[in-house]
Amino acid sequence: MTTQYTTDHEWINTADPQAAVVGITHHAQDALGDVVFVDLPELGRSYAKGEVAGVVESVKAAADLYMPLSGEVVEVNEALRADPALANSDPLAAGWFFKIRISKPAEVAALMDTTAYDALLKTL
Amino acid sequence: MSAAPDPSELLQTPLHALHLALGARMVPFAGYSMPVQYPGGVIAEHRQCREAAALFDVSHMGQLRLMGDDAAAALETLVPQDLIDLGPNRQRYAFFTNASGGLLDDLMVVKPADPGAGFGDLFLVVNAGCKAADTLHLHNQIGHRCQVVPMPERALLALQGPLAVQALARLNAAVSEMLFMSAAVLDLGLGTGTGTGTGKIKARCLVTRSGYTGEDGFEISVAAEQAEDLAQALLAMQEVKPAGLGARDTLRLEAGLCLYGHDIGPTTSPIEAGLSWAIQKVRRAGGARSGGYPGAPVVEAHLAGSAPSKRVGLVGLERVPVREGTALFDASGHKLGVVTSGTLAPTVNQCIAMAYLPQNQALLQHQVYAEVRGKRLPMRVTPMPFAPHRYKR
Repeated sequence: MTTQYTTDHEWINTADPQAAVVGITHHAQDALGDVVFVDLPELGRSYAKGEVAGVVESVKAAADLYMPLSGEVVEVNEALRADPALANSDPLAAGWFFKIRISKPAEVAALMDTTAYDALLKTL
Repeated sequence: MSAAPDPSELLQTPLHALHLALGARMVPFAGYSMPVQYPGGVIAEHRQCREAAALFDVSHMGQLRLMGDDAAAALETLVPQDLIDLGPNRQRYAFFTNASGGLLDDLMVVKPADPGAGFGDLFLVVNAGCKAADTLHLHNQIGHRCQVVPMPERALLALQGPLAVQALARLNAAVSEMLFMSAAVLDLGLGTGTGTGTGKIKARCLVTRSGYTGEDGFEISVAAEQAEDLAQALLAMQEVKPAGLGARDTLRLEAGLCLYGHDIGPTTSPIEAGLSWAIQKVRRAGGARSGGYPGAPVVEAHLAGSAPSKRVGLVGLERVPVREGTALFDASGHKLGVVTSGTLAPTVNQCIAMAYLPQNQALLQHQVYAEVRGKRLPMRVTPMPFAPHRYKR
């Protein structure tokens, strides 16, 4: 499986390490409620793993988006910026947030796989 | 500071089980477990209210009755409103003031046409977060002039939206005749009930044609033990869906209505808050019953023009939500104030906010800058309400 998860309820698909896709999980979008605004990271900027890369806002609250891995932002989802509700309706596909060129492949090993993430969800 | 409330210590409204059955997401609010939204989400509930009818459980709010011939005159010593001449079956918006001319709470006051109907000579609805303090205030200040009787045995439902009247009229046709800010004690039919279903069950309610959304609608005081049946009877109607506190907040903000503890509070005078309209002439300087409430000299001075600041509506020129607590600056970088409420408004489809600005900045179309995540975002002073009121006048 090329999709991994963070404890912040984000997913990253590393099938293409030059353009790994990042989004929020179904659990995250459900907890947020109706997403009304996303602040996406700067194109071309490099972030360290764990750094705040952007913000996802619902009607009631704002939540930070974290970089799941270190890397350079190579693409952001303009469709999501224009229609933030995509994060609710299709969080695992059309509601993707941004893509990164992974700079430290060794960090991938520390992410959770599907089984581990599902186990985490059960504890919440 | 205290830790987050233990869910088992939160109070529950009479509709608690119903909220859970409907899949509500519950949050702590004013010491109660309250539904912030149902599975459809805040935006859908907001739209439901503007387009059809939404049912809110607001039983956490305080209901009280004042009993005695002196009740209105006594209450006038605590609020700058005309209550002595409040007509039978009429409701008035009021606020408790403090010695500095600030606000202790805002409330609704009803004069039931029949003081023997069980809702006193005056019936009050106060904010949940203030109800203990308000009750003490009333008891301490006017308890010697009238009986102050809290009514925790009552639930409160709000049915709001353009189709609210046709829905509620099925339970009692008389509600169609009510005008905005009128009240009536009447029976709402709850259907034939469960079990043998012999004969109609009715709930004796105090109904007002008013609300907190800007839409036409009703607020209904019902006995706690009949609240669920009433809610079910309304939810069974095709016009009506449940809505939570999340939508209640976006609706009232679009309607330009203040939320106590956010847009108004002990340091805001009613004049600064834009609530002068709620102070009737007879209670103003020169009127027959001017003054006589806490902070009257400050309120009168503000009415005469000396209020230092003014609550304004703001619309964001960029589509970035600007929330409570956000600092506002002028073009030269001087801090002007902070946002008191803000959200992305679903109906007007813009980022809206309320804030207090110095009088000389509080001019329509004037541009100020909100600091969000290190950036200064332009906002423009805009008339309120952001979405038009549709009261049945």
